[in-house]
Amino acid sequence: MSGWELVHHIGPSIALFVGAGIVLSADMLLPRGRAPLVMLTLLTLVVAGGWALWHANTGTSGPAFEGAVVMDRFALFFIFLLVSATAAVTVASTEWAQELDLKGEYYALLLVAAGAMSLLAQGNDLILIFIALETTSIVQYVLVGVTRKDRSAEAGIKYLISGAVAAGLMIYGFAFLFGTTGATSLDGIATFVQSGPEDARLPLTLGFVLVAAGFGFKMAIVPFHGWAPDVYQGGPTPVISFLSVASKAGGFAIALRLFYNGLGGGDTFISEDWAIMFGVFAVASMLFGNLGALVQTDARRLLGYSSIAQAGNVAIGLAAVAAGTTLGPSGVMFFLGTYVATNLGAFFAVIAISERIGSYEIKDYAGVFKRAPILAGVLMLCLLSLTGIPPTAGFIAKLYVFNGAVQAGEEWLVAVVAIAVVNTAISAFYYLSWVRTMALDDPEEETSIRTTGPMQAMLGLAATGVLFFGLVPAPLISAAQRAAEALSVPLS
Amino acid sequence: MTITLAHYLAVSGIVFGIGVAIALSKRNVVAVLMGVELMLNASNLAFLAFSRFSGAFQPGTEPLAGHTFVVFVLTVAAAEAAVALAMAVLIYRRRETVDLDRISVLRW
Repeated sequence: MSGWELVHHIGPSIALFVGAGIVLSADMLLPRGRAPLVMLTLLTLVVAGGWALWHANTGTSGPAFEGAVVMDRFALFFIFLLVSATAAVTVASTEWAQELDLKGEYYALLLVAAGAMSLLAQGNDLILIFIALETTSIVQYVLVGVTRKDRSAEAGIKYLISGAVAAGLMIYGFAFLFGTTGATSLDGIATFVQSGPEDARLPLTLGFVLVAAGFGFKMAIVPFHGWAPDVYQGGPTPVISFLSVASKAGGFAIALRLFYNGLGGGDTFISEDWAIMFGVFAVASMLFGNLGALVQTDARRLLGYSSIAQAGNVAIGLAAVAAGTTLGPSGVMFFLGTYVATNLGAFFAVIAISERIGSYEIKDYAGVFKRAPILAGVLMLCLLSLTGIPPTAGFIAKLYVFNGAVQAGEEWLVAVVAIAVVNTAISAFYYLSWVRTMALDDPEEETSIRTTGPMQAMLGLAATGVLFFGLVPAPLISAAQRAAEALSVPLS
Repeated sequence: MTITLAHYLAVSGIVFGIGVAIALSKRNVVAVLMGVELMLNASNLAFLAFSRFSGAFQPGTEPLAGHTFVVFVLTVAAAEAAVALAMAVLIYRRRETVDLDRISVLRW
């Protein structure tokens, strides 16, 4: 491969990293407050998205760099998801970032995080996966502490400590995967696992359980969820909105790639072992997240517990491995796609409302519907979608994932789905009681709440996404299915 | 007595266990970071031992991948420690403590 072809192969990531450098230099060289940082950031994201589109149109080009990265439909799906989420957060956080000391650093770090996660989605080798995952993590620690205020710094250090421990566990797991299979590339691992050596079951199991700890930290599934409520409450809300969707998407992307490609989707001797592991994680996350959320009074902390519960829902898709179908992995991808729109919408509305009423307590949201019908309307729509009520996207996503799990034909998966349905009912309590507070309670004051133009645009976009994917889910489903097919390409 | 893969893995396992125990039990941020360093170095030892001794390598696979991995782990560990210590200093300036139990405006 020529030099240009190699660059082209990881083009979206390179564009994002270069863009981050440009944003930092512009912030440093141009007079204070004059640099068009938001414009540069958005331009970078457009270039990265366009580059991914170019790959999508010219046909994807398989592995490169000795097989360390692949450019396939699966990677493209997540690159599009990450780039759009980053762009939405950039636009929605312009007002908040105005008051930030470290504006340039904030935008540059967002771009680096997006770039590292795009690379993660393309990762096909343990070394590259490790580096991309750690780049993402370290950047996000800094982002959480970016305001350098008391709570932000505290949330940052708590996130960092949990992340460092999770990374330590993960790398030990990588050591065992490498030692047992003798390969760092996922193709090499797959070749070894498919030869079915029963005596390698123990070290492989040790390896993938430890690896799941590192990925589980990114996804915020129990038992690696400890950071989520604290960081959601203490971190700067725009950063958290980014983290809640992008970090989760990145974690699930690489988990799908490693477990489905490396350890075999449904047709190897250990696939049922790790499917059961993810099933257990899913049940624990849903129970812990939903029961924890019931007693929360702070909107951000509630969303933190809700994100743990939602991660449990997605993990059901991971557990639904069955030979020859792509229902499980495509369910994960479809769920994540709708989750990006839903959760960003909920977070943006919380930011817009709480900025004006000066409180994140849910009881202070009383009567917000009378003061800001559109803002509260978007928030209600997103909460309904998180609950999973038709005609929102969240309903279709849950239906799709649950259906995939039942179709996989394992009795224990049916039990997991039954627990998930009960959990949906539990989650309705806190989501809908928040909706009731906003709609029915009387406001303390009558002044209307207004928000900025960019924020309104992003709220509109998120609400459109939630409704569109709820009413016309076919395009996203077929994209997710084509992406999932790329995962199960037979080895050459 | 010949030193085999099992011996290296035993040492690596013990160091990893000590690291995990420190990381989970200590409440001082710096001590937790030291525990994490032990975990990472235990992994490095395991990587090198596997790379040198493992019989699992297919023909044509470069066992040097393990050595390469160690270099990257060291680099990432340094970057992580730099960010962690910067944050610890930031916290210390505001609270005069780096004790995780006392950094608790947020419920842990």
